[in-house]
Amino acid sequence: MTTAAPTLRRQLSLPQAPPSPFPYHQGSLLSVQDLSLDQINRLLARATELETMDPIERDRILFKRRIALLFYEPSTRTRTSFELAAKGLGADTTLVSNLSSSIDKGESLKDTGLTLRALGAEAIILRHNSSGAAWLLEEATRLPVLNAGDGMHEHPTQALLDLRTLLQKLRPGVTTVDQQTLEGVTITIVGDIFHSRVARSNMFLLPRLGATVVLCGPRELLPDLAAKTGPGIEIERDFASALRRSQAVMMLRLQAERLAGLQLDIDDYRESYQLTGPRLASFAPDAIVLHPGPVIRGLEITAGVADGFQSAILDQVHNGVAIRMAVVERALNAAKKGTPA
Amino acid sequence: MSDLVIRGGHLLDPAAGVDAPKDIFLKAGRVADIAAPGKLKGTNGAETIDAAGLTVAPGLIDMHVHLREPGFAHKETIVSGTACAAAGGFTCVAAMPNTKPVNDSVETTRWMLSPDRGALVRVFPIAAATRGSKGEAINDYAALKSAGAIAVSDDGLPILKDGIMREALAAAARVGLCVIQHAEDTRMTAGGSMNQGPASFRLGLRGMPAEAETSIVERDIRLVSELRDARVHLHVAHLSTAGALAAVRQARRNGLRVTCEVAPHHFLLTDEHVGFYNTNAKMCPPLRSAADRDALIEGILDGVVDAIATDHAPHAQYEKEVEFQSAPNGILGLETALGLSLRWLHKEAKLPLGRVLSLLSAQPAALLGMKGRGTLAVGSFADVVIFDPKAEWTYKVSETCSKSKNTPFDGWPMLGKVRWTISEGRIAFTGQT
Repeated sequence: MTTAAPTLRRQLSLPQAPPSPFPYHQGSLLSVQDLSLDQINRLLARATELETMDPIERDRILFKRRIALLFYEPSTRTRTSFELAAKGLGADTTLVSNLSSSIDKGESLKDTGLTLRALGAEAIILRHNSSGAAWLLEEATRLPVLNAGDGMHEHPTQALLDLRTLLQKLRPGVTTVDQQTLEGVTITIVGDIFHSRVARSNMFLLPRLGATVVLCGPRELLPDLAAKTGPGIEIERDFASALRRSQAVMMLRLQAERLAGLQLDIDDYRESYQLTGPRLASFAPDAIVLHPGPVIRGLEITAGVADGFQSAILDQVHNGVAIRMAVVERALNAAKKGTPA
Repeated sequence: MSDLVIRGGHLLDPAAGVDAPKDIFLKAGRVADIAAPGKLKGTNGAETIDAAGLTVAPGLIDMHVHLREPGFAHKETIVSGTACAAAGGFTCVAAMPNTKPVNDSVETTRWMLSPDRGALVRVFPIAAATRGSKGEAINDYAALKSAGAIAVSDDGLPILKDGIMREALAAAARVGLCVIQHAEDTRMTAGGSMNQGPASFRLGLRGMPAEAETSIVERDIRLVSELRDARVHLHVAHLSTAGALAAVRQARRNGLRVTCEVAPHHFLLTDEHVGFYNTNAKMCPPLRSAADRDALIEGILDGVVDAIATDHAPHAQYEKEVEFQSAPNGILGLETALGLSLRWLHKEAKLPLGRVLSLLSAQPAALLGMKGRGTLAVGSFADVVIFDPKAEWTYKVSETCSKSKNTPFDGWPMLGKVRWTISEGRIAFTGQT
């Protein structure tokens, strides 16, 4: 047994983590990090084209193609807008939810995915309560998988529709993005950052366009190490200071289903972090207000602010359908020549 | 069994201080004679192994494996697990008690040791430290020891209560056993599935903080020092953090009998190797930060780390092909420990070959009080590994002897290929050239 103190650290070349094999299918959208700025621009442009296209013509794009929506969590906006997007392109969709399927009997995600593939699904849109579920499903099925929210991890189509909303409000007329598009813009994300896939996808996306993302919330919901996620991400615990810097403020819901025993004084939380009319008027009278929904009026945001003139919440919902049409089209046509990849 | 002569090899026996070309005569399961090349006498009728160009060393000893029997034979059996051990050059494995039932009884210990299990190398059961490994009441260590238990541990679970841990340390010391602690404050790791750090935040996974390990190691060291009994021996299983290593180093300085083992995955990989939810990079303790990994290498080089142990933990493929947070903890280890240790500790970090082998044989033998093991001195058990120290090869899990395939090291380059593994005079494994 030796008790010698550590000597100088040797300069060793130790094994590096291997490159990610994901995505296996170029039509998949697992993470916003998988998209180049070029690909984002193509999706934004295509969303606008599809939105304004004659519905009869649009209906032929994916006519009778088969898309499965696999939902392990309740959802209103995401599910409906993916479904409307797929149907708007002419595809047949089927919804499989954990409550009305063999998932309830213990079938694994992998087996469920293989079953959907055998039934003829050409792509799967997955909402799941476990982080990383979309990666597992894609590896198992090798189908294009669209991540409609995986646990606390990512929600890439939400970040894209948020980007479309931010551009409409803050950069009207701008239709393509580059590394400077959002330079000088600060977007503050407020509340339950730790449990939020919306926050993560936006944190991974917006700094790449030059924006600063400020995270604001109590330590229980926003650990200090969140600032180490990447460049362009800062933590500001004081809501007023964060608001003063912001051109956009994104309010998040407290995710009761993920709090996992965490004790939080709701009154304290409301006191410190609720977006109220006076707060908004005093500190950020020109900022736009975003919220991915569902909104819990009177908790993270007052009804007046949610419905107020600065609110872009319904614009976000509206933009969801256009963005998801572009993403669904890409999923099924990615491998074909002459269509947007 | 026939007698064996190993001719033409280079004997490297750190415990005996031998590092020279020698021929070795194995008779009736023991080392009968060692002589300069060509000088052995009285070996008529013995089978000969040509070890020219090869290193001959004491069989490797893994003080931390999960053989999964009884109870989980779909993951591994004593037969398949010991076949894996033999393929990796191991002649002794200490099997953790988290089986079904938990090995907290004389009956289960004896069942594991029965010749009917068909073990290819020697199995040393580690009995549960507490009844059912529930951490509430300690077992009868004297009875377990006489049934064949070599240590006590609740591995997979920590012994959280101070009073129970104190009692376990004292009672084990009275019968000459060490307590092996899985140091994890489960009150700090609930729901966690990887190391807490930037990577876990990025992946949206709940983290297991390094402090959850460090705090238990520090608590246990305090209990050892309060007991004021030189026989008390605390061994920290699969130590993974810089903080816990520093605590062990300090305890040694204070003269306490506190030892530790490190697993190859912890000294080679970091939490970045989780990639996008690779469940074959999920184990407990989890892969840690680069700073922790570097500290473990440092600890191996400077001698604070007493042993390399694999924490060989097989799981069926279907059990691992699930959502990351639901996947069971653990990876295979027996077939890759030597190849990885030689490749990275010997070749890259320049740790002398004898030191690497000592961490894999003589030192764990000493920690567990195995007599006549971890050395090839005349009279010792004929537990031998014969390997080509220069051979580079690639590990392919498709060729594993295990019933499971959960490894992050599939396709990795290895250094040092096992050619023969001999367990008590019997050839347990013959490798390809």
